[in-house]
Amino acid sequence: MQRFKKIFATDVYIVPLVAILLGFLVGAIVMIVGGYNPIEAYSALFQRVFGSPYDFGEAIREMTPLMLTGLAVAFAFRSGLFNIGADGQVIIGMTAASVIGIKFAGLPMFIVVPLSVIAAGLFGGLYAGIAGYLKAKRGINEVITTIMLNWIALFLSNYIVRTFLLLPGQNRSEDIPASLSMTFLNSLFDNARLHWGTFIALGAATFFYIFLWKSKQGYEMRAVGLNPHAAEYAGMNVGRNVIKAMFISGVFAGLAGAGEVLGVFHYQSIFAASPGYGFDGIAVALLGLTHPLGVILAAILYGTLTYGSAGMSFGADVPPELIRIVIGSIIFFIAAQGIVRWVLKPFYFKRKKEKVL
Amino acid sequence: MDVLTLLGQLLNTTLVFSTALIFAALGGIFSERSGVVNIGLEGLMMFGAFAAAVGGYYAQDAGFGAWAPWVGVICAIVVGALGSLIHAVASITFKADQTISGTVINFLAAGSTLYMVKLLFEGSGETPLLAGFSKYKVPLLSDIPIIGEGIFSSYPTTYLAIVLVIVIYFVLFKTPFGLRLRAVGEHPSAADTLGVNVNKMRYIGVILSGMLAGIGGATITLTTTSTFAHNTISGQGFIAIAAMIFGKWNPVGAFGAAVFFGFSQAIRNYVQLFEWSKNIPQEFIFMIPYVLTIIVLVSAVGRSSAPKALGQPYDPGKR
Repeated sequence: MQRFKKIFATDVYIVPLVAILLGFLVGAIVMIVGGYNPIEAYSALFQRVFGSPYDFGEAIREMTPLMLTGLAVAFAFRSGLFNIGADGQVIIGMTAASVIGIKFAGLPMFIVVPLSVIAAGLFGGLYAGIAGYLKAKRGINEVITTIMLNWIALFLSNYIVRTFLLLPGQNRSEDIPASLSMTFLNSLFDNARLHWGTFIALGAATFFYIFLWKSKQGYEMRAVGLNPHAAEYAGMNVGRNVIKAMFISGVFAGLAGAGEVLGVFHYQSIFAASPGYGFDGIAVALLGLTHPLGVILAAILYGTLTYGSAGMSFGADVPPELIRIVIGSIIFFIAAQGIVRWVLKPFYFKRKKEKVL
Repeated sequence: MDVLTLLGQLLNTTLVFSTALIFAALGGIFSERSGVVNIGLEGLMMFGAFAAAVGGYYAQDAGFGAWAPWVGVICAIVVGALGSLIHAVASITFKADQTISGTVINFLAAGSTLYMVKLLFEGSGETPLLAGFSKYKVPLLSDIPIIGEGIFSSYPTTYLAIVLVIVIYFVLFKTPFGLRLRAVGEHPSAADTLGVNVNKMRYIGVILSGMLAGIGGATITLTTTSTFAHNTISGQGFIAIAAMIFGKWNPVGAFGAAVFFGFSQAIRNYVQLFEWSKNIPQEFIFMIPYVLTIIVLVSAVGRSSAPKALGQPYDPGKR
């Protein structure tokens, strides 16, 4: 018990928890100022998520791509790279999965499904690798290239869907026969769109942890992230590590795309604008302090909030955009830990005194 | 249509698209030259666009007439500055990671602007339509072929943007203030030793960036969309960041890059006027600006030269 207390009394856990509470508090204040009832709104939010098996399943569906894009951004962060391009990599992953899932539908499903998932990861990775390559060989800032690549991915995939996969007369591809859905859970979750992507995401998080902290290659990658000059001096190939890190980051994002088209929609739409997966991923990675376990927890929080926000507007008439204020404030308090420490200061002093005694 | 008017119109549309990017990129330069990464330009533009739409609308109602859009611009400056203050407090005073606190701005802006629009206008997802700015023809100069139509018949904000490029270039490179601002971004401890207040300079840099990005957002509502909705600002802030990096953190360079982006936006509207463009899938035409940017970066610019202390909070105790 004593040991348990010690683990949870450390900053690493207290600061995010206090940050989350403060974030909800900011949201409540904003609601009161706007003339809404925050208690009603928050209970409507949680009621939406935990109220029925269907909604709970759909909330898990909402969390899944967040986990993977969060891992993608976090992985790049650990190697000193800012991958704003997860959005484009998700789209490329979707397109690769759709193409394989539709064009190779003649093959047995136990071949097509893994093949399209692998293709999604591979192409997502290679696409991110372009930015990594340009950074490594040409020194071009990855922020600018990934922003450009997001737009290129959007138009490229629209072109591919429109020209090769179109369902005539519709703004989307034909149905994809390959499926990642977990249909055996349909009765349990009332037909919520649960799919294997959730397990792929958990697997990716495990890989993230083992690779980065238990392997030599991961050690190099972290070294490059912390100080590229020192890493180079120690004989590590910085450029190669940059390309590899972007590739792995892109694989995560591409897999998120596979889950979305093969597990949720079963077709690919023509996007009018950026679907925004990557930007959610940035928020999740930051909320999760770029640690795989943190990212999974952050995706659960973020997914709960965004999925529940619809219930909030339905049940308490609060504009769902409010939830972005809550999420933004939580990230703010996590980032500016000084403020949280300042709030906690009275409690800290008390603890220190106890120690002296 | 004859070629001269076509060229004039193309130039004019280019400037309409680039004006907002010029303002935001100039803002980014102030912040980043002082050593603070500003990924929050997108959100700051959102704040500005929102404030201009709301302020301009109420000013119009109150009978400001032709001055109403300028009231909108002033509101955008104030709200942009307030928004950037969050970034400044978090990243300078509390030494938060600058990328993270910039992302926070983007989130807070996306949430709070729409929240307020719904509050102010009874649940509607966008602000009522505005009159906005109208184009101003400079006497005499607007009679010159091509550039008369192209440059000297623009929105007042475009003239303001061009003037600001020159002013900011002068301020950054020819005044003591500019020297200090750049010193703080390159080598804060050296600047500190010489008596420059590092954090104060950084606050000024970030707040100026908020004001300028705010005007950038305002230009979009007051000249292009006439209303503020969830998709009014969709990526322009990031393109402005790209323009800033592309222009090597120099006002004139960023101006060039912003015009380049504006041009590639404009040209896709004009390419479609030609018969041969029917053979090219439209998606490839839409891709042009982004592909071109990467190609130009690969072939010409080479290693970018960011301010040396960019992204590092200043800690006097650290060597």
